[in-house]
Amino acid sequence: MLILTCPYCGIACDETELSPGGEAHLKRYGPGSSDDEFETYLFHRENPKGIHFERWRHAHGCGKWFHAARDTITLEVFGTYPAQVTEPPQDVKDAISAKHPGWSWRDFS
Amino acid sequence: MSEPVSALGGASTSGIVEVADAGPVGMITIRGDLSDVAVRNALAGCLISALPATRQVMESGTDRLLWMSPDELLLLCPQDEVAARTGALSDALKDQHHMVIDVSDARAVFKLTGVEGALRETFAKLAPADLRAASLPVGEVRRTRLVQVPAAFWFASDSEAHLICFRSVADYVFGLLTHAATPGSEVAFFD
Ligand SMILES: [Zn+2]
Repeated sequence: MLILTCPYCGIACDETELSPGGEAHLKRYGPGSSDDEFETYLFHRENPKGIHFERWRHAHGCGKWFHAARDTITLEVFGTYPAQVTEPPQDVKDAISAKHPGWSWRDFS
Repeated sequence: MSEPVSALGGASTSGIVEVADAGPVGMITIRGDLSDVAVRNALAGCLISALPATRQVMESGTDRLLWMSPDELLLLCPQDEVAARTGALSDALKDQHHMVIDVSDARAVFKLTGVEGALRETFAKLAPADLRAASLPVGEVRRTRLVQVPAAFWFASDSEAHLICFRSVADYVFGLLTHAATPGSEVAFFD
């Protein structure tokens, strides 16, 4: 059972109250981008065994989208944070560093 | 004008708690940025109660004002006041990005009465929510799902709770609550 705390309403919700939204912090490439960029945006996803950043929606609650940083092996949650950011906040990065010094995920570390 | 009719026509059932259709209830969804001072001031001018903090339910006279999300409130009031209240709210918010809409006929409201432990147990059998009094105190609303459908419930006191769901699933929810309150099914976890 995965439990994520919604940063908007503060409820610790189990995953059946949430909708998964896939990988977080994707940069959109649209008209004017190269074929390679567009292909990467559409299809290339991280699939890590370990630290991962995802989007979730509190579908059966306040309805808001948020981000979560978690470990896909242990289901440990390093933190959840609002959707209106383009990279994880420092306290979430610090929480990951405390457990996994030297970690990296895409451009973040 | 036609008479308002609730989804279940006043149905009720009795088990470890009493479950009753609360009848026609006026419901107005108010959307706008609740962190915006201009929106808050506009609302304060035409709502009887103070604005609820996160997850709170404010009660004032016949009004109940529920916090639904950072940009959504639900006002419950007598159904014959809905048209006037909707108009007043729309006027007050006309210079703000907002939505005020009458959802009275889109929802169903249930009232549950009984001892606190049995009330908490009835919800806990159906929702993935933490029903302990410390996690869901009186006066705090919990939006969640009831088995397969969205619902919101709150305790008005330690012997009375209310639940709102979509009207189209009112019969399903009534069945769920009736089953969860079957006499002899007590778990007594919250006693
Ligand atoms: Zn939420």
